[in-house]
Amino acid sequence: MQVVGLGLVVAVLAIILRGNRPEMAIMLSMAAGIIIFLSMMGKISSVLEVITDLSDRANISMVYLGTILKIVGIAYVADFGAQICRDAGEGAVASKIEFAAKIIVLVMAVPIVVAVLNSLLKVVP
Amino acid sequence: MGSDVNLIFKIAGVGILVAAAHWVLKSAGKEDYAFITTLGGVAVVLVWVIYQLGTLFDQVKSVFKLF
Repeated sequence: MQVVGLGLVVAVLAIILRGNRPEMAIMLSMAAGIIIFLSMMGKISSVLEVITDLSDRANISMVYLGTILKIVGIAYVADFGAQICRDAGEGAVASKIEFAAKIIVLVMAVPIVVAVLNSLLKVVP
Repeated sequence: MGSDVNLIFKIAGVGILVAAAHWVLKSAGKEDYAFITTLGGVAVVLVWVIYQLGTLFDQVKSVFKLF
């Protein structure tokens, strides 16, 4: 509820500011994005803790889980930045950010793929 | 949560203040002062936003173990 209220307030203020101070409007939307995410951080970290101790119980190795967590984090930060750039009218910069994020995620996914292939090779003689 | 809403209103307030100051100075003929005040306002807001961004990125790093 608070998030929706905050979002609406920011939308109205952004319209007022966009009239004659467009740069302020972008700052406002960035600040709102940051605040909404900060308020959600508590819940996200608790969910992550549940996942990690579940995976420990199922003795899945932390390497895979760590990589998945990293990929989720990178995806989120890149999306955050890309949306703000697009909001500011910089579509090109936004797509560059997303492109870089995809590359980074790809680089991080490679070891997992290699591990899967190795285990596959072991199974198939 | 409460202090964050203050930040939103602070930024909006500075924005409106700078816009009004800009308009007043422009109509008074002092064009250069108008730009200076606008830049000052934008700089102040930028400092606040970047400070918040710093805390956000630190939290993301700690939660997602993105070192």
